[in-house]
This record gives sequence, C-alpha cells and structure tokens, in this order.
Amino acid sequence: MKIILSLAALLAGAALAQQPTKSTADGIAEYRAMLADGNPAELFEAKGEALWKTARGPKSMSLAACDLGKGPGVVKGAFVELPRWFADTGRVQDLESRLLTCMERLQGFDAAAIAATPFGQGEQRSIEGLVAWIAAESRGLRFNLPQAHADERKTYELGKRAFFYRAGPYDFACASCHGQPDKRIRLQDLPELTKNPGDGVGFAAWPAYRVSSGELWSMQRRLNDCYRQQRFPYPGYASDVTIALGVYMGVNAKGAEAIAPALKR
Amino acid sequence: MQTRRQLLSRSAQVAGMLAALGLLPGMARAQAADYNSAAFDAKTLPDAMKALGAGAPVESKDVTLTGPDIAENGAVVPIGASTSLAGVKRMLLLVEKNPAVLSAVFDVNDAVEANFSTRVKMGQSSNVYAVALTGDGKVLYAVKEVKVTLGGCGG
Amino acid sequence: MADPMRIRAQAAGDKATVRVLMSHEMETGQRKDAAGQTIPAWYIQQVTAQLNGKTVLTAQWGPSVAKNPFLQFNVKGAKAGDKIAIQWVDNRGDKRSDEAVVT
Repeated sequence: MKIILSLAALLAGAALAQQPTKSTADGIAEYRAMLADGNPAELFEAKGEALWKTARGPKSMSLAACDLGKGPGVVKGAFVELPRWFADTGRVQDLESRLLTCMERLQGFDAAAIAATPFGQGEQRSIEGLVAWIAAESRGLRFNLPQAHADERKTYELGKRAFFYRAGPYDFACASCHGQPDKRIRLQDLPELTKNPGDGVGFAAWPAYRVSSGELWSMQRRLNDCYRQQRFPYPGYASDVTIALGVYMGVNAKGAEAIAPALKR
Repeated sequence: MQTRRQLLSRSAQVAGMLAALGLLPGMARAQAADYNSAAFDAKTLPDAMKALGAGAPVESKDVTLTGPDIAENGAVVPIGASTSLAGVKRMLLLVEKNPAVLSAVFDVNDAVEANFSTRVKMGQSSNVYAVALTGDGKVLYAVKEVKVTLGGCGG
Repeated sequence: MADPMRIRAQAAGDKATVRVLMSHEMETGQRKDAAGQTIPAWYIQQVTAQLNGKTVLTAQWGPSVAKNPFLQFNVKGAKAGDKIAIQWVDNRGDKRSDEAVVT
C-alpha cells in the first residue's frame, strides 16, 4: 500500500510537470494492444447470453420476449439505439432501465430492489452479464440513437444541461474532464464527449471490463463512479439524469462504431 | 458484559484468523497433487530456483520474454515465455519484486511448443524473467524490465 | 460449479493455437478487506489440457497469475475437428472442465 501511495505522489508530480514522452504513450498503446485479444468481458458475455435465455424469477420466464427497442426479443442492433423512448412505459429508457422493466414485468423481479442493490451483488451481477452480451451483439454497428420522439429530444437537452452543470465541493461538471479534446489525468486519456462522432473510446466503449478491479462495469456504474469522482451525491440507479446523460453522449456519438464491451484500465 | 457488537467483532476476528490458516470448514487447503508450495512461496529468485531443483540461471539469447515496456495497470500484465532450444522440460515465469517471485510453471513435452502466454499481477515495476529448464540440467533465462504505472481516475 | 471457460482453438499448419479465458478471482491472500481482515488466498494451482484425450499441457500457477486468467499455448499436430479439453484445480479443491473443437 505505502509503495503504491508514494508512486502515486511521484507520478502526480511528474504528470503536472510535463506531458508524458511519446514513448510512454506508445508504450501504453502497445500494452493495450497486447491485451486486446482475450478480453475477460467475454466471460460476462457468455453469462449474459445464458441469463437472457434462462427461465428465472418468480414468474419463471426468460427474457426472450423483452423489447429493447427493436421489437420483443430482438437483441442485435438494439444497443446502438439506446437510450430511446418506449411506448409501453411512456418514457425514455437506457439499457439498464429497460432491463429492470423486463426483469420486473416478464420475470417478476422487484425492480426497485435491484436498483437499490449495490453494484457487484445479487441481481446487479446478472445485469453485468446481460449488458455485456447485449452490447456485444451490436459490436461493430454504428450508434444511431433515435431523436424522432419529442421526449427523446427533450431528454437530450436535459442531458446536455446535466453534462455542463457545475456542482459539488469542487465545482466540477462532466465537462470539466470531458469537455475538451486532448486532456488526460495522469496517464489516462480523457475522451471528449461533446463532439460528433467523438473519438470512439468514450460512450462507445461502455460497458467495459476494468482490469484494475477485474469487474465488468455497465454504463450506469461508470456514471455512478463519475459522480463519486466529482464529489457529487450518488445518482439513483437508472435515474432520469443518468438516462439523460446517456442520450446526450449517445446522440453525440452518432456514427461512431460500438466497441463495447471494451477493455479499460 | 460484552455488547452484541463486541461479540460479533470478536467472532469475525476469530473467523478471519481461521480463514487465514485455511482451517474454516469447507476451506480445506486441498493442494493439487504435486503442487510445489515451496517454489511458489519463495521470495527470491535463488530460493525459487532451489525449490524447483534447478541451478543458477544463465542468460541466453535463445530464450525470449515478451511483455510490454510499460503496463498501465499492474493487475494485468501480458507476459510470454518461449524458446527455440531443444530438450526443454519446463518454462518458468518469475516477477522479481513480487512478494512471491514465481508466477507460473509450464511443463514442455513433444505435444506442446515451448511457447506460453499468460497475464500476471505485478505489485510494482520489476524485472520479469522467462526461464527454460532443459532435460540435461541447463537453466537459461531472458529478462525484461516492465514498468508499472498507476493510471488516472477513470477510463 | 465455477463459471465456464472460453476456449478458442485455431489450427494453422501443423499446430493449433489455443486461447483460454478462465473465470477465477485469483486472490493472492495479501489483500485486506474493508474491516482489515485478510482476504484468504484463492487461486488456480493446476491447469491441464488434452488433445483428443491425450495430455498435452500441465502447468502449475501461483496466486500472482492475473484475475480471470488468460492462457495461450500451441499444440503440435492438432488439426480442425480435434477436441481440446482443459481443466483447472484451485487451492480449495474446486475444479472446472471445458472442451472445444479445433477450427
């Protein structure tokens, strides 16, 4: 522990002083390339596929009839069109929110209880697998979130406001880290999330397998952690503001290739 | 009188101690047959080699260690060990500055190439060794320094 | 039973490259939890592989192999249609076995 803390202090000092040398950036790119083959996210994809097809919950049903926006049971291509408006719930929903709807209505799970479950526990683990597989089924497709419905456009505007909203003890906003190009924190490049189609490694990379913790993080978990890092109160799981941010980033990523689930630090 | 909290805390402590010793029921330290615990507990390269019954290693251009110059995260570092030498019986991967230096041992036979890749955890920047043990007692190695950084806050 | 492995085996010339992803915590026994208790070591100790029933790989691992381990090796003489079977055993005696066909 002590070694890691003093290393951090050294590196923090070094990072403030200068840009990393080109060889360092190249070195990290080489490291990431070496890991690209054999992404442990595949283990979660396999789990997710099984969970989708298995009869579960109080109603003992599978998710085969779940509508992710392209019709009941249609998974291919659904990920790159989320979040979107759904007629049966009358609101804009992201992938995790939609899974909660399906898990409750089709399988009889308690959506509020799942939303209250900490990440990595209970049915939150099932969601890890499900989002990994559903995202993988759209790998290589291009983001094309619909904005035809008035609520979809309104949610985009809400997301934009939330993105630039400064708050918390440090007066941070999402834009503080993700509002300009070519920024980094220590050796992590920060994707700019306001432009179209963006650099393809921001919105397009989540859900992702994080090597630092060996966990599969959904977009909801990523947003939750962003809020923590900004010293904001935690957002509600699959709450309106998180869905709105998803719409804002997703529409901005229109045309970008989906690479999720990707490999992240 | 002990409060319930004190009681629970005490139980947790005892449980933790038993767990560390592998004595909790259902946690029997069932070692796989022939598992070389001494080698995998060794804290230095010489100790590990001795536990494996091998002599002092000699650097060799015929052994190759593949790995990144710099690893963004020490939790997952891709490392490969290979050799073109004939008569190799085992390939080893060692991380010099890890609390226990030996990461992996691969047996080589006619059916498999002396070429293995895996991912290891590195506690800090360190030399990483690929060692080939031949049937006639030679111990040959390649070494590379792999730097381990901390990353930033996200991504 | 532990989660399944992901095995890919591709023939090229006179050998097959086998790539495996295993689902395992690979806990070193060095970490402490939030309460300060040491998290017990839990890691794969032995990995074996067979080609059409004949053992081709035996390996011993320590806890410093990364979580959700990745392994790549080349089996000589393997061709499309052959069967690769892989097993692991961990320090608690838990096991997992999976198979794949070489493509």
